[in-house]
Amino acid sequence: MKFGIVILPGSNCDHDAMHVTSTLIGAQAEFLWHKDTDLKGADCVIIPGGFAYGDYLRAGALAKFAPIMEPIRRHAAGGGLVLGICNGFQVLTEVGLLPGALMRNQHLRFLGRDVFIRAEQTDTPFTSQLTAGQILRTPIAHGEGNYFAEAAVLDELEHNRQIVFRYCDDEGRLTAEANPNGSSRNIAGVCNRERNVVGMMPHPERCSEALLGNADGLGIFRSIAASLAHSPSL
Amino acid sequence: MKAVVVVELKPSVLDPQGKAIQHSLSSLGFGGVEDVRVGKLFKITLADGGQSRDQVESQVRQMCERLLANTVIETFSYTLEG
Repeated sequence: MKFGIVILPGSNCDHDAMHVTSTLIGAQAEFLWHKDTDLKGADCVIIPGGFAYGDYLRAGALAKFAPIMEPIRRHAAGGGLVLGICNGFQVLTEVGLLPGALMRNQHLRFLGRDVFIRAEQTDTPFTSQLTAGQILRTPIAHGEGNYFAEAAVLDELEHNRQIVFRYCDDEGRLTAEANPNGSSRNIAGVCNRERNVVGMMPHPERCSEALLGNADGLGIFRSIAASLAHSPSL
Repeated sequence: MKAVVVVELKPSVLDPQGKAIQHSLSSLGFGGVEDVRVGKLFKITLADGGQSRDQVESQVRQMCERLLANTVIETFSYTLEG
């Protein structure tokens, strides 16, 4: 079982992701440089948070032309796991691996604080160790996290159960007040139709260790590890 | 040849930045500002490679589709000069 952590120019959560996967999960993990053209045998690719290419033009827009994206596309097409966190989520929508787009936060401010999210789907490789409706306290840190898709696309996401996380209050209610950035239907994370690619704006890698005050995010990495351990091809 | 590309949010997409600017204009005393939409403008200078206008236009269109606009949320238009 091996994690590949992508380093794009401007990634800044790459070492957090490395720490969680290698030290806390105990898996093999290796950095993947943006100019690399193979995934070094990674079973799960993590595109971490940050400001890839300075977020010039649009957040995530320039990253789609990084050489590492081509093997990531092939990996995803073959059913391989890909997790995009924050800027990584923005990259995955720009690349077209996930539907929708992340727009400027509704109130135009960069948000750096803890929010609550609710696990909506537990039959993805990223959430199998969570319980349905489980509430996680997770940090967000973004200026462009306002999830948008046309109404028809949102309906399709609901129908296919592709909405993986939604912003909620501390009791799991999906209120407008609990939605920090104006995301359509309180969406905090989605998966593709095949469920092997997930993107989320909150940062589970920053809340995976009791020592840091919160280990709510660890369940996501444990889920990935469990999925990879049970995968017959590995 | 020069290409001028304008990228705008789709009409169906809310533009909180435009709204904030609209409110600011109102508070500055500019009456009657009904709506503001913020977009991006690109001025692209193209080397003369002996291409036809159609070829250049097709190239500019591809630039828009592949990079300059995110067609999930944005539309684009362009004019060619020279």
